[in-house]
Amino acid sequence: MFSYYLQLGLRSLRRNPMLTALMVMAIGFGVAASMTTYSVFRATARDPIPQKSSVLFNTQVDAFGPENIEKGEPPPALTYKDATALLRAHKAKRQAIIYPVSVSVIPDDPARLPSREGAYATGSDFFPMFDVPFIQGGGWTPEDDEKHASVAVITKSANDKLFNGAQSVGKQVNLDGRLFRITGVIQDWAPQPLFFDVPNTGGFDEGASVYIPFTRAVDLQLSTNGNNNCVAEPAEGWANYLQSECIWLSLWSELPTKADVDAYRGYVTGYAAEQQRAGRFRWAPNVRVRDVMDWLDVQRVVPPESQVSLVVSLGFLVICLVNTVGLLLAKFMRRAPEIGVRRALGASRKDIYAQFLIEAGTIGVAGGILGLLLTGLGVLGVGLVFPEPIARLATLDPVLILLTLVVAIAASVVAAFYPTWRAAQVQPAWQLKSN
Amino acid sequence: MQIKPILAALRRHKAGTILIALQIALTLAIVCNALFIVHERVDRVNRPTGMDESNVIAVQNRYVGSPPNFVPLVKTDVQALRSIPGVESAYATNSYPLRQGGWSTGIQTKPDGTKDGVPTALYFGDEQTLKTLGVRLIAGRNFNAGEVVTVQPQQTPSPPQVIVTKAIVDKLFPNGDGLGKTIYLSKGKPSTIIGVVEKLTVPWTDFDHLDNVTIMPVIFNSGYQHFLVRTRPGEQDAVFKAIPKTLYGVNRMRVLPEKYGVRTYDMVRSRAYEADRGMAILMSVVCGVLLAITAAGIVGLSSFWVGQRRKQIGVRRALGARRSDILSYFMTENFLIALAGVVLGVVLAVGLSQWMFTHFEMKRLSFTYVLVGVVVLLGLGQAAVFAPALRASKVSPVEATRSV
Repeated sequence: MFSYYLQLGLRSLRRNPMLTALMVMAIGFGVAASMTTYSVFRATARDPIPQKSSVLFNTQVDAFGPENIEKGEPPPALTYKDATALLRAHKAKRQAIIYPVSVSVIPDDPARLPSREGAYATGSDFFPMFDVPFIQGGGWTPEDDEKHASVAVITKSANDKLFNGAQSVGKQVNLDGRLFRITGVIQDWAPQPLFFDVPNTGGFDEGASVYIPFTRAVDLQLSTNGNNNCVAEPAEGWANYLQSECIWLSLWSELPTKADVDAYRGYVTGYAAEQQRAGRFRWAPNVRVRDVMDWLDVQRVVPPESQVSLVVSLGFLVICLVNTVGLLLAKFMRRAPEIGVRRALGASRKDIYAQFLIEAGTIGVAGGILGLLLTGLGVLGVGLVFPEPIARLATLDPVLILLTLVVAIAASVVAAFYPTWRAAQVQPAWQLKSN
Repeated sequence: MQIKPILAALRRHKAGTILIALQIALTLAIVCNALFIVHERVDRVNRPTGMDESNVIAVQNRYVGSPPNFVPLVKTDVQALRSIPGVESAYATNSYPLRQGGWSTGIQTKPDGTKDGVPTALYFGDEQTLKTLGVRLIAGRNFNAGEVVTVQPQQTPSPPQVIVTKAIVDKLFPNGDGLGKTIYLSKGKPSTIIGVVEKLTVPWTDFDHLDNVTIMPVIFNSGYQHFLVRTRPGEQDAVFKAIPKTLYGVNRMRVLPEKYGVRTYDMVRSRAYEADRGMAILMSVVCGVLLAITAAGIVGLSSFWVGQRRKQIGVRRALGARRSDILSYFMTENFLIALAGVVLGVVLAVGLSQWMFTHFEMKRLSFTYVLVGVVVLLGLGQAAVFAPALRASKVSPVEATRSV
């Protein structure tokens, strides 16, 4: 019966090509607009590290005071004093301070120009904590952190550029005229959103190609390549800067269990209370320990543009559906006499339902295919509408393809419910009489 | 007008009527919000910086290595840039309008002011800065070369002389006697306002005080420098190509990033407003397609109605109705449906705008846009129904005698 209804449906669609084309286009455009903007929204709202996002926590300690912050939210970064004190306490399974620096990589070949690379100064725990994928060697050791060692981890592209992709562990890389020993090479790794450096990147960034120990970077007086905010001007010199109330560091911790989180939060609160007792903070402890998704949410990583365009295109899809309901109603009701004849010859209401829903389904399939093509175009064209770091995240993957087809077919079947119901209500006797 | 019979007839086509009205309502809600977004974004993109942006080139430069003092390097580079044929003026700075990154602080009028002060962006420069930016000095004088001081990293710059924008003097000294007054950019360190420029905007596109800028005669001891270069008209392209060669010729130990190393001001501007332009394009496309689909939907449903009522039309014609009566019947019918649609649509549009206002910190929809939307949709409905209505008016009275 299915294939017979399918044939009937196709024949009916051919009979009225303009109306059919209109419905297919409405479904296609509506679905494509929603799916294209959804692909952007999905990219910006996704979990960057799903296997661990619930056990990784960012720490905030208010070093600015209530009059310098908004709505009681502590600043997004830490002072050197607070970050290093919390790190030294070792109250988490793994912990690392992170801040962006910019280094010049000087090639050994004097004929080649030096290049500027984004880099992060961080601790040895960074690599195991964030599951950073190594292709050669590994991260540096906690002893290297202690010794303020000149070691570095570089990405595959940096390795390709500097060593033509060869084995480079143990070799030296020249950063700003100083040699660093390479301990490992990682994939070009930059989870999006770049959760561990949201305050400086807004969440979407190509990531770094070099990682060096935090302790060494501080020795070299490498100032942050990101934001530095001070409530009071620090006295001159690097040592005074480190002791100042300027915020420029992130601290991330891995806390595997709920109990760990509570204990850690308690510790950080206690630390802030201690600072208050010591007279440094003139306010009650104001600290936050947030996991990855909470952190991204609070930092409003999803750009309002991507949300607004998703809302608008969903509205667009709804209008296309209303449009399709109207057109299907017109199409089905025009065939009232035919329905009357079928019903009079013994077809049940269920048969009528099946026939017309299958016909609507074929429109959905056609609309879905058109929608898929347009979504493909849309995803390619996302670069015209969204800034590059976000646009490149929108991709047409199997999940999106499947979703496009499912949404298109579901939408057209939903749109067909009312017209089909009306069709099934056709009174055979009345139709036969009027003819 | 024959409104009563139309309403009576519509009552027999409840579903179709409601669908068209609903579609018009939803379209109105989306279209006027989308157009409003387009308007807002286009407004932002066209905001002036106060500069004369043509013939200006921005250079981003990082020196490699860490000498104790970058100042001689910076001075040599500025000299080299100024001697490129076709260059009118050039200077080194930390930031410029639309750069999207820079420094800001609060201005105090007392040496130990503890309040937040008047927020301002800080631009470093020298005696060629005003000329290069092309801003208009409306009071006081320019810097002279002898006033330029060196500022160390992690130090708040507070030179003895500064030039500020009119927006700042107006805020600090509402009596209009700001020129020559002392301000404090750093505790206890006075700066005198020696000049006032008409308008210059901050580096950021989202900043509450767009016109609050302080220009200071400062050379910053840092490996990260920006150069702004003004060329003579018509020589921008030649200078654009000459800049990397000249700078690498002076000193190879530097990085001019591939994408953003050397940019014309057009490039700076289009990069700064990338997201706004994109949003405006997207919303315009959505509006266009949406109106087209709604129009097509109205054509489709009206054609169906006309087809369904051929017999009735024939009867009316046979009983003496003119073609124009039939035409106006369908036009009026559509107008009534569209009217119901826009009434509902206005409510939806305001609701949607309110929702976006609370969720995405967007501005509230202005009433003009609702009005424009209403007119557009009523017009669209009339235009869409015209073809089917015309076809209806051509139904011959003979149809009355035919069975369907």
